[in-house]
Amino acid sequence: MTDGRRDSKQTFPRPRAAIRFILGDELVEVEGVPPTTTLLEWLRLYRRRTGTKEGCAEGDCGACTVIVGRIADGGLRYEALNACIRFLPMVDGCHVLTVEDLALCDGTLHPVQEALVATHGSQCGYCTPGFVMSLWALWRSAQTPDRAAILDGLAGNLCRCTGYGPIVEAAGRLHGQTQADAWRERQASAEVIMLARLAALNDGSTLDLVAAGQRFVAPRDQDALADLLAANPEAVVLAGGTDIGLWVTKQDRPLPLLVWLGRVDELRQIEDRGQDIVIGAGVTYEQAAAAMAGLGPDAAGLWRRIASPPIRNAGTIGGNISNGSPIGDTPPFLIALGASLELRHGQERRSLPLEDFFLAYGRQDRRPGEFVARVIIPRPRPDAIFKVMKVSKRFDQDISAVCAAFLIELDGSGKVERARIAMGGMAAIPKRARAVETALLGQPWTEASIEAAAQAMALDFKPLSDMRAGAVYRLAVAGNLLRKCYQEGLSGRLRLDLQPAADGHGLRTVPVPVPSLDMSDA
Amino acid sequence: MRESLAVNTDPPETAPVHLPLAHDSARKHVTGQARYVDDIPLPERTLQVHIAWAAKAHARIIELDLSAVLSAPGVVAVVDAAGVPGINEISPAHRDDEPLFATERVLFHGQPLFAVAADDIKTARRAARLARIVYEDLPAVLDVDTAKAAGDFVVPPLSMRRGDAAAGLEGAPLRRRGRLAMGGQEHFYLEGQVALALPGEDGDMLVYSSTQHPTETQDLVARVLGLPAAAVTIEVRRLGGAFGGKESQANLFACGAAVVAARTGRPAKCRADRDDDMIMTGKRHDFMVDYEVGFSTDGQIQAVAMDFISRCGWSADLSGPINDRALFHADNGYFYPDVALQSYPCRTNTVSNTAFRGFGGPQGMLAAERLIDEIAFATGQDPFDVRLRNLYGGEARDLTPYHMRVEDNILPAMMKRLAESCRYRQRRVEIRAWNEAHRWQKRGLALTPVKFGISFTMTAFNQAGSLIHIYKDGSVHLNHGGIEMGQGLYLKVAQVVAQELALPLERIRLSATTTGKVPNTSATAASSGSDLNGMAALAAARTLKERLIAFTAEMHQSSAEEVEWLPGRVVVKGNEIFWEELVHRAYLGRVPLSATGFYKTPKIHWDREQGRGRPFYYFAYGAACAETIVDVLTGEHRVLAVQILHDCGTSLNPAIDKGQIEGGFVQGMGWLTSEELVWDEAGRLRTHAPSTYKIPTASDRPPVFEIELWDEPNREATIHRSKAVGEPPFMLALSVFHSLSDAVAAVADHRVCPRLDAPATPERVLGSIERLRKEASG
Repeated sequence: MTDGRRDSKQTFPRPRAAIRFILGDELVEVEGVPPTTTLLEWLRLYRRRTGTKEGCAEGDCGACTVIVGRIADGGLRYEALNACIRFLPMVDGCHVLTVEDLALCDGTLHPVQEALVATHGSQCGYCTPGFVMSLWALWRSAQTPDRAAILDGLAGNLCRCTGYGPIVEAAGRLHGQTQADAWRERQASAEVIMLARLAALNDGSTLDLVAAGQRFVAPRDQDALADLLAANPEAVVLAGGTDIGLWVTKQDRPLPLLVWLGRVDELRQIEDRGQDIVIGAGVTYEQAAAAMAGLGPDAAGLWRRIASPPIRNAGTIGGNISNGSPIGDTPPFLIALGASLELRHGQERRSLPLEDFFLAYGRQDRRPGEFVARVIIPRPRPDAIFKVMKVSKRFDQDISAVCAAFLIELDGSGKVERARIAMGGMAAIPKRARAVETALLGQPWTEASIEAAAQAMALDFKPLSDMRAGAVYRLAVAGNLLRKCYQEGLSGRLRLDLQPAADGHGLRTVPVPVPSLDMSDA
Repeated sequence: MRESLAVNTDPPETAPVHLPLAHDSARKHVTGQARYVDDIPLPERTLQVHIAWAAKAHARIIELDLSAVLSAPGVVAVVDAAGVPGINEISPAHRDDEPLFATERVLFHGQPLFAVAADDIKTARRAARLARIVYEDLPAVLDVDTAKAAGDFVVPPLSMRRGDAAAGLEGAPLRRRGRLAMGGQEHFYLEGQVALALPGEDGDMLVYSSTQHPTETQDLVARVLGLPAAAVTIEVRRLGGAFGGKESQANLFACGAAVVAARTGRPAKCRADRDDDMIMTGKRHDFMVDYEVGFSTDGQIQAVAMDFISRCGWSADLSGPINDRALFHADNGYFYPDVALQSYPCRTNTVSNTAFRGFGGPQGMLAAERLIDEIAFATGQDPFDVRLRNLYGGEARDLTPYHMRVEDNILPAMMKRLAESCRYRQRRVEIRAWNEAHRWQKRGLALTPVKFGISFTMTAFNQAGSLIHIYKDGSVHLNHGGIEMGQGLYLKVAQVVAQELALPLERIRLSATTTGKVPNTSATAASSGSDLNGMAALAAARTLKERLIAFTAEMHQSSAEEVEWLPGRVVVKGNEIFWEELVHRAYLGRVPLSATGFYKTPKIHWDREQGRGRPFYYFAYGAACAETIVDVLTGEHRVLAVQILHDCGTSLNPAIDKGQIEGGFVQGMGWLTSEELVWDEAGRLRTHAPSTYKIPTASDRPPVFEIELWDEPNREATIHRSKAVGEPPFMLALSVFHSLSDAVAAVADHRVCPRLDAPATPERVLGSIERLRKEASG
């Protein structure tokens, strides 16, 4: 910089007031756009990239799926994201890829596009760009995705026409083709260049945007964040935006000051300390997936079902806790494990058990200007019974009717020595089942004890009826999940997880060859 | 000249009918280049229109003060009922019961009140909230029983009777009666409702609309603008899914955009966001069915009486024919010797329910299959055997409740073939054994048939037109009245034309459907798209072909019979004339190279008063077997395997048809399992976005999913002997529902009929399990 604005006394570069990122191949710099403009709005309205569609504006249908690449652990990390709830400043310093970016200039389709055409994977075509991008993420990440990986990779994309068969089949065709190898080489060399371009974009500055009466600040370190929030206690803390995005798209809520955690590297750390795991509040679900899977098959199973990949790539554990939802899926799991929070206000830090953080519906033990910095998750004893079960209308990408987590430790004589049972969807807050726990403590771990304890569920919870489930059902299922927790010890897992298919992909429709034709009118 | 025309052997694409060709827009879909209405570049000064809706289920409007809305910064226009230039009425059934904007009374939570236009949509939405509305609450009728008791129906009920049902029931050795409740369904087309209206000269209006029924949209836009239909043009290139949800429901948005455009003289775009769309637009009708069935001890049906009570909502919309079709399909594939069917299309203070794939048929058929279940449990038989026993066929067993003979029945053969190929009998035994060994999970198996009547029951709608131009360079421009909504209609019709003209498919240029080219079209609905438009296009192509043959014959002083029509050329008296040259000479010879085509379905008639006729040209058939597993502690379930045998006649495009079968099946599965519409006691829809309304995802698709086509030509002379395929496969999903019922029955040793209601959410399944356990033990 030669304009003399940089002050030699200043430790950090001056805040930057323009968003900079790479769209496809092009470096773009955006100034003066309201900071809650979503990436989707910007793509469609400002850039006329209309391939990316709006289907729901809440991250639930996937028609807006785009790929966002960023530097992580020294390399490039590419993730599918919902452009409809991603505020534009959140892609600062990133590489954004949309459906328009995949084919070559001469019209040669990318292998994922080619595969979708070959399998008759599009009918009305409106969801297709989103599927293309999710398939691209699968193409890039997994070597040979199995059925479970494919279905998970597509869990955030709704299609109302095809019944998914041809799309799943397309996903199964992405690997082991020689033509695809050329594309992989092309991708690898493009990424070398992109890594350097993104690195050059990273000037270490704080992003501070003001437009249309809104301010958006993205500090780079935790101290700056703490100071900023302490000084501006009215600020709304933004993490992954999978909830706050909807405040804008669905509720049109005014957000005069947003402070984003996404650029504070310290909050994106995961530390495994042996007896416990410490997770920064800005860690996304996806980033934490491997660490959580280490806590057992139920943790891994829950993690997959918390949300679709695009939501898991954005949403954070800190956000899931901080917004205090009674139906968040991580709190029951974390409470059962005895997790605690570290909160910070200015220079002041305190910690408290997670279960004490939730006070009442919509109210948490968090002062204005205070933020959740870390979550400390104790590792369960190796012989502990640790079960997490989620019940919802749909297997993937649904909100729990009931989410239950059980941590049971038995003494040498087979009696319950410690019981931590937490439930979501059963009360105004994620809550422990104290009466059930009490009924179990000191009792032998037997069907009789379980039956007696299950009766206590009604003392702990008076659930509501809503669109997800009725109160009677919720209470009955809560008791039954306790029964299942016990029965699984006798019978093995009793889950309706994804069933294996006879031939790996479950693709037994007779394949038909596709003469490719384009008879466009436009 | 194109090289492809010079070859001597037939290139396959000049005979493209019956080939599994890819969707014509597939490459555009995957590259994001396919253009939908929301993607059209906007003309300068285009206004964005928001339609504001009422937040009351039933109320008198005491005051509607929009002055603050109008004076909000950025607002350009506000149009309410009084501001509609023409008639404030958009009932598609011409019943004058559907104002574009509410006037004195609000009849459902979500009823359109007024339109706000601004340069951007956020400004319009925010301004709408400034309206001052004073309501006086009125009692809201939300359930069908109340409406039925009050005798409040949106259209006159229909009775279908044959024989004496009361006497038949009385005389039957065994009888069962009960009630079946089934939910509605949101279409969840991925592309929401949208319209872009462009005002032209002399008040003309061009509207790009996401409609399945451009002619009706044209009529209604003309009506609200006070214009003749000829002043309004509706154009549709493609829809991002529709499923019936854009048959009449697109009109609101087209009219909303058009009135703003007319009032301001500026282009106006109206696109509903997902929540507004789901709140304001109609869905599949939910039904209660009160049934009674009398049968012999070996499970043969003797008499059936059923009342179909549906929630139509606040206006008639298409509820008349939908409720009728529920009765038309209340037999599914079964012969009822004595039968009385009655519809009760109830008026309620809820959104006006509308067309949805199957159009009442699924609801009728689900009731038929409940009867089968009842009989199977009462007689201790495998439901599959009860089905076989009661299918149409045999001596004097071919007459439907509407007195139409079933002449093309292939169900007995289909069901037996599927049962064999999917090992139904053996699997049933294996599953029983598995269930014995598993306390906490139960499996179920069911094989169900589909018989679906093809034709609009309103006979007049069974007509279609087309327009084909051949330009001087030999390129062919194809247009017809059908709407492309993903079902591959444009491709199928192009296949027909390419084959008829013996031209490569890519020479046939597809063009957007517009009321300016083909007038007075029917909705692309009732699975009729390719049957009707394929035939109409064939007629136009034949006309042109005949003209060219006659011209060639004249040119070479031969008879028409001597002219050989070959791929890309004609041969006459040893002279070979390639297509381009032929066309060029025909132009110079002043031969008209543009033709219209027309088709009307033969043989059909229907007398609603008498409940008699032949409303359907033919039936499409299918059968499906589904295996499911249920968690008896939570009611959660999954579909493990599905085998389908489906009848498309001789398929015009087997790839497209398989796509319809699989997609229809999964959509039907959603209706019967995870898709639940919930209204609260104030009449507010609580499930108005995908976060709360759950259509199937990829992982809900059964891991084993086999589809086979029943390869037999349509016995009626349809387009290349194919059969309609849009709706029939939807109802193959009844197999999933009955498979779940079978799994649930296992908890009480198959002694009690589960009487599962739809959708079979985990909650309903667990409720059914608990009831069975109680009944079995008590």
